[in-house]
Amino acid sequence: MSELLQGKADERRLFLGNEAIVRGALEAGVALVTTYPGTPSSEIGDRSYEISRQTDLAFEYSVNEKVALEVAAGAAASGWRVLTAMKHVGLNVAADTLMTLAYVGVKGGMVIVSADDPSLFSSQNEQDNRYYAKMASLPMLEPDSPREAKEMAQAAFALSEELGLPVLLRTTTRVNHTRGPVTLGTLASRPGPGHFEKNPFQKVMVPAVARVAHGRLLESLSRARALAEVSPFNRVSGRGVWGIIASGVSRSYVADALRELGLTDQIKFLELGFTHPLPEGLIGDFLPGLEKVLVVEELEPYLEESIRAIAQERGLTGAIRGKGPGLFSRLYEYHPGLVRETIARYFGVSYQPPAPMVPEQVLGRALPDRPPNLCPGCPHRAMYYSVKIALKDLGLTGIFPTDIGCYTLGLLPPLSMADFLICMGSSINTAAGISRATGQKVVAFIGDSTFFHSGLQGLANAVHQGHDFLLVILDNGTTAMTGSQPHPGVTLTPPGYPGKPIDIAGVVRGLGVEQLWQINPFHYKEALAATKEAVEASGMRVLISQAPCHLYESRITGKKRQARFQVTGECGECRDCLDYFGCPAMYLKPDSGVSQMLIDPDVCTGCAFCVQWCKCIKPVKKG
Amino acid sequence: MTAAENRKPKTENLRIFFTGVGGQGTLLASRVLGEAALAAGLNPLVSETHGMAQRGGIVVSTVILGELKSPIISLGEADIVLGFEALETFRALDRCQAGTLVIANTAAIVPYPVAIGQAQYPEVAKMFELMAAQVGSLLAFDAGACAREAGSPLAVNMVLLGALAATERLPFAAEAILEVIRARTNPKFLESNLKAFKLGEAAARDDGNWRRR
Repeated sequence: MSELLQGKADERRLFLGNEAIVRGALEAGVALVTTYPGTPSSEIGDRSYEISRQTDLAFEYSVNEKVALEVAAGAAASGWRVLTAMKHVGLNVAADTLMTLAYVGVKGGMVIVSADDPSLFSSQNEQDNRYYAKMASLPMLEPDSPREAKEMAQAAFALSEELGLPVLLRTTTRVNHTRGPVTLGTLASRPGPGHFEKNPFQKVMVPAVARVAHGRLLESLSRARALAEVSPFNRVSGRGVWGIIASGVSRSYVADALRELGLTDQIKFLELGFTHPLPEGLIGDFLPGLEKVLVVEELEPYLEESIRAIAQERGLTGAIRGKGPGLFSRLYEYHPGLVRETIARYFGVSYQPPAPMVPEQVLGRALPDRPPNLCPGCPHRAMYYSVKIALKDLGLTGIFPTDIGCYTLGLLPPLSMADFLICMGSSINTAAGISRATGQKVVAFIGDSTFFHSGLQGLANAVHQGHDFLLVILDNGTTAMTGSQPHPGVTLTPPGYPGKPIDIAGVVRGLGVEQLWQINPFHYKEALAATKEAVEASGMRVLISQAPCHLYESRITGKKRQARFQVTGECGECRDCLDYFGCPAMYLKPDSGVSQMLIDPDVCTGCAFCVQWCKCIKPVKKG
Repeated sequence: MTAAENRKPKTENLRIFFTGVGGQGTLLASRVLGEAALAAGLNPLVSETHGMAQRGGIVVSTVILGELKSPIISLGEADIVLGFEALETFRALDRCQAGTLVIANTAAIVPYPVAIGQAQYPEVAKMFELMAAQVGSLLAFDAGACAREAGSPLAVNMVLLGALAATERLPFAAEAILEVIRARTNPKFLESNLKAFKLGEAAARDDGNWRRR
């Protein structure tokens, strides 16, 4: 049984922030969870999926975030409590829905988790999604820890129902991926089937209805503000003539800094957890008498600008600062030392920050990097190899728009198979633009999960417009980057997974693609021949490279390595494996003085790809 | 004074930094330590690296004990570094201060740029010699060899947890960690994990593995 279903009330458990959110939702009686996986939100979906296999919780890995939000919205309109989770950029995909869902409102409580990623640990940008709450006029809660993530997730459902609005639960990586003590409450049961009540003149957003709905939304927002004023998630501590206002995980850094600097009795501290709409009265009452105020929030000056506006309205002239030279940056996540040092500097408190040692200086030279790499046995690497060799043999240079997934690691040398990337699905459409503008040979790459997420419309467009490029669909049968979640094209599913598989080749043909190649990238001869044909052809064409993710396949099927391979004899001056392949199992024999490759038997997965193009590599033995 | 009396109070702040390479089990180690701390009545925080960083890259995590609320460790502020790999342990010198206790596996995992001759792996003995001169104390030994001796090459994390427990720097007993290992380990690996933990404890008791300033 899932850990999140275990334990008695008042028992303490160590939960990841994402697990705490799921537990909070379960204690609130959530009936449906929808998501598209994305770091740092993925475990919300993964734990919910497990629980859905063990209880009557409804769950789906939706095709993308817009779909996830709309499925949830329909269920919420029918009276179910629903949670939908996505990473920050996922909310961009769902933004069209979000803006007008705010007008439509909800019947059952609806919580939308937006997991932001300051410092871009695993993202293409570090946008601050708190502005979505402001833009959509929706209430927002921001936890500082797993403990509070659970409390807020639970409370958000009641808040949502009280206001008739979805509630944004905005987290950051440090909350999602921190484990902390969480006190359990009681699991709630789910209500059984909901009921959709017809009320088209409130729920069908044509202009006449939406004009009224917008006014209703602003009234709800004003009720939300009244709730924010008295919310236990907003609180004041300390005393003195200096003030600090903070939200999210920054509150933890401030709390530690005040204790370490001995300032708890000299600084008034306003912690904001209910951050949209802001409690203007609470903030307005906090400011008077303060000589200077520091606002501590990661990313954008969301609080800072509003707080200055509140001060201006009340004629308060004390300094209110947050972002700026010598203060906080709009870049990257904060950390305890940074916050401590900035507080000391701003308030003129004496503090000697530690002088960190610099390993490069101590050693007297640079340390070797350890870049992430595609795994040994990865089918993406095999496909990239065939494209590189095909282009070389044809004397062509390719331009490679790429997409989001493990295969984005093809950016790094020696593969160097990525030239342009914006966001999910951008490979296909930017390829169309590049090829139209330049006439250069364009080969675009997209993964199977990303293809279903946001590739379908692009392919339809490319076929219809008659664009001229090769699209390679890298089908490894799973959503590998985020932890192997299923998607509609899955070929290998977790045990008991109920989803109906959809054949990618059938979809591609159905979208009007007439030139289609399907290969197993590990069958080198066929793969290379097909790739050459596909590269040389013109018009809109698709090559599907189909072989399962090695990691996922061995986990699901228990499939063991069939053989090992080794470089036998001197391999001489050929550097093809180094220049075109870059398998982590291969290494240059140290101190040999000659170019001699070897294969690490502990790392080699026995995929048997290199043996097909290198005459020096031979199978050694079974096992 | 007995070990138990010598043990630090539960309110003492302790910032423990884990560093290693994807696949070495750093996240499991930090989680086990966090669970042990929770069972001992503390309020641990454990922060983890997920996603992109795990594809053969560096994986770091932290365990924070005491009254601290911040889940991460700034440069120069770790009290203890648990290093799973020689180069990554040395790279974590920037987390250390003059009093830091470093517990390190001396075994190396060669990064790809080194494997293909584009960069040189620094000499392991030299890295630890330099590190020992900068930090409070260094406990360095071949945890990989201990794991193999225990019958599970992947149990480096258990070896290092055993070594950490034996240093008496934690505000709870080794038994608290063993309890979590027993509860969480696949029965198939339990015996080798427990043996790995014991070998780690033994390594920490061997003065020959220590360098103190």
